Amino acid sequence: MEFLELFMPTVWFVILALFLLLYVILDGFDLGVGILSLSSPGEEQRTILMTSLGNVWDANETWLVLMGGALFGAFPLAYGTILKALYGPIYLMILGLILRAVAFEFRENAVNKRPWNLMFGIGSVVAAASQGICLGTVLSGIPTDAAGHFTGSVWIWVNPSSLLVALTLIQGYVLIGSTYLIIKTSGELQRLHVRTARLAAATTLGGALLITFTAPFASDVLRQRLFDPAFLPFFVVLPLLGIALIVQLFRSLALQQEVWPFVYTVLLFILSFAGLGVMVFPAVIPPSVTIFQASSSVSSMVFMLTFIGVLIPIMLFYNIYNYIAFRGKVSVE
Amino acid sequence: MLATFDVVTLSRLQFALTAIFHMLWPVLSTGLAIFLVVLEAIWLRTSNPLYYRQARFWAKLYVLNFGIGVASGLPMEFQFGTNWAPLSEFAGDFFGSVLGFEGAMAFMLEAGFLGIMLFGWQKVPPVIHFLSTVMVAFGANLSVFWILSANSWLQTPAGGTFSDGHFHVQNYFAAINNPFMVKSVVHMALATVETSMLVVAAISAWSLLRHKAPEFFLFSFKLALVILLAVAPLQILAGHESAVQVAEHQPTKLAAIEALWDDQAAGTSPAWTVLAAPDEASGSNRWSLQVPRAFSWILETRPRLSQTVRGLNSWSADQRPHMVGLLFYAFRVMVAIGLAAAALMALSLLLWWRGGLSAESFARWPWFSWAWILSAPAGYLAIESGWVVRCVGRQPWTVYGQLRTADAASVLPVGEVITSLSIFAVLYTVLLIFALYFGSRIIAKGPNLSLEPPNGASAHPVSTPST
Ligand code: HDD
Ligand code: HEM
Ligand code: HEM
Repeated sequence: MEFLELFMPTVWFVILALFLLLYVILDGFDLGVGILSLSSPGEEQRTILMTSLGNVWDANETWLVLMGGALFGAFPLAYGTILKALYGPIYLMILGLILRAVAFEFRENAVNKRPWNLMFGIGSVVAAASQGICLGTVLSGIPTDAAGHFTGSVWIWVNPSSLLVALTLIQGYVLIGSTYLIIKTSGELQRLHVRTARLAAATTLGGALLITFTAPFASDVLRQRLFDPAFLPFFVVLPLLGIALIVQLFRSLALQQEVWPFVYTVLLFILSFAGLGVMVFPAVIPPSVTIFQASSSVSSMVFMLTFIGVLIPIMLFYNIYNYIAFRGKVSVE
Repeated sequence: MLATFDVVTLSRLQFALTAIFHMLWPVLSTGLAIFLVVLEAIWLRTSNPLYYRQARFWAKLYVLNFGIGVASGLPMEFQFGTNWAPLSEFAGDFFGSVLGFEGAMAFMLEAGFLGIMLFGWQKVPPVIHFLSTVMVAFGANLSVFWILSANSWLQTPAGGTFSDGHFHVQNYFAAINNPFMVKSVVHMALATVETSMLVVAAISAWSLLRHKAPEFFLFSFKLALVILLAVAPLQILAGHESAVQVAEHQPTKLAAIEALWDDQAAGTSPAWTVLAAPDEASGSNRWSLQVPRAFSWILETRPRLSQTVRGLNSWSADQRPHMVGLLFYAFRVMVAIGLAAAALMALSLLLWWRGGLSAESFARWPWFSWAWILSAPAGYLAIESGWVVRCVGRQPWTVYGQLRTADAASVLPVGEVITSLSIFAVLYTVLLIFALYFGSRIIAKGPNLSLEPPNGASAHPVSTPST
């Protein structure tokens, strides 16, 4: 039992991180394409962009729902405290996702597509920005009392560092969206997205560097962790890998490769994610509430693991099948 | 006006608003999905393009509905954390696991195969396509199972113990399979199929009334009718069973939906109240219309009560639901619609049997067409009423007998909840109007009767350069 009490929360932390990572990559390119659709040169091109999402947008969004449910089940305290602290940005995100989803369906049936195009793009921007704000706020710490209940203000999420994370995440989504579109489109439209990818890669990189250098000033915990010798290997290896990947990304864009830019972007996402994980673990409500404090009972986590754990490979399998069935360039009927 | 409410009331209003709106969409997502499976199976067996066109037409409505269903489901899930954090902490061990299962087993399955079902006709072999449609329907109905298991647990918490402000699960299967679960899932699943088929039949009747694509819509009408002939009577039975379990486990709710103020002793044969004006201040009905000696027949199918049925006055005001009038009439609206739907089925069967059901019947008997057309909104009304009975009747508890609604809500600044509530109210009204508008356009445009089935559909995508 002793062992399980340490082990199960860690397992669930990893599973939740996996769900979040899958969400950020998959809905990341989805939202990115949505943001890019705002600047589509014409209706025909926009239709191609939207068609490239038709079969996947819902499944991509479902990783968020799944993560919500799993967080609720594995760390009920964190679920309550974090969502309550982030009331504003969570509802903004939901609003963005609602606008986006219904605009998608309404546009399909509308004669005048302009209002729905706008709603789709703006919904995507709002959702992406709110996610960045949530991420930034959680990273810089959520004040709680000894029982782990939220004690901060309603406006805790309004601050420069979460704004910076929001802007950077939007850039990151545009980057991964552009590289996805390089795979799914051809000709002039593809060349356009090679250009946007290059631009977005530069701005994302700038944002990420700013965050890296300012975060330690904004949060004590991050500062301590950064100068903790035990973590030194991570903070040497991660940046080196990052530099290598960025170089590769720009190279593949310059060579007009189709699939590699997306692959390198995904790897960069994974890397940044690993970096964040190292920064916060084992806190689930940074800075002070750990996964061990916030977890549900061991039996509950074991129960969830037996059902959801088995399903993870199956879910991955049919989601991958979906991408395989629709592989290749977008064809518009 | 909103500012005079406390945060608990506001969170309740917000939950009620979002749930009532969300509930409009899962109806077709689960019920119509089954219809699509049936259509595609018929097409695969017969290779008649008519059935392929049926599947494609009804899928158009399906996807419009589905998108809004997903979008409006998001706030439902997140509200448990934002507005009901104490409930999340209290019941997270069980409730959270179930929402997790719903995500992993149901939503993901639905979403993962939906793309293939909608856009994959040319991309995958017909058998895989059929399997995808089956998976979408299966996923949607699994989500009915999980969410109703969770909701039933709120009604009849089981499978563990309550101490120091937490529910501790002892037996997960007993918690999932709590006393209300089976019958509630059955009643809900039948409700979505019944209402979906009423929608299909109503659209068909409307088109037949206007002589649009008669062959096409006569088929969909008859198929929906055949399914309804089985479902509508079953639903009355399932509803009755629900009422029996309410009588057994939630006596306060039973007393409220029957506007029963005074105890009815075992061995007596009380009257059943058809209509009444419940008055909470005086603890009685101002007037009522009653059928003598009917109550025990309806509840127990026997002439006399075997057990005492308690009236509302036997509980103190903080132990029983309020809004008795709402509960009383919501229940009656649902029952009336259930009975009326079954009567309409009987009538239509009679007409069909006497050889009277052809494409011309609908224009010949406009009243008949209109009875069918109006039955679609009635189906939705019955579903919403059922939920009002279930959730408002559970008050003042969120977890029946264990956690009061007042203690289940997060302590949030009033302004914050007012803002989100107002945004939802405006947004949902606008969404509903546009959904109806675009839905009616799909119906007005009608099916594409020259659509050819995919011939030689293969696993290889047909890719055409896009620019
Ligand atoms: C009839 C059964 C039913 C009921 C009572 C509810 N739902 Fe629902 N829900 C569905 C049946 C459904 C569905 C049919 O499975 C939906 C509709 C469209 C869809 O894609 O899935 C859905 C969508 C849906 C989604 C989006 C899923 C996705 O991204 O695919 C969420 C998060 C929820 N629901 C959550 C809830 C919660 C928390 C409820 C209760 C408080 C609730 N639903 C009541
Ligand atoms: C099956 C999933 C559902 C769950 C888990 C659920 C749970 C809840 C919870 C936690 C509340 C707030 C606390 C409370 O007032 O007790 C609530 C209130 C409410 N829900 Fe449900 N609900 C579900 C489905 C629905 C649906 C589909 C509807 C409507 C169509 C609905 C109608 C309402 C109403 C009207 C209230 C407000 C009751 C009041 O506060 O007086 N519910 N429900
Ligand atoms: C004709 C007789 C009917 C009776 C006697 C009946 C009875 C009931 C009762 C007693 C409840 C409350 C259950 C609870 O609080 O736990 C309920 C709930 C409900 N009813 Fe009905 N009902 C009938 C018809 C219908 C019809 C026709 C529909 C829709 C098409 C419907 C949809 C619902 C829904 C969605 C709920 C809430 C979820 C559930 O309990 O499964 N009912 N019904």
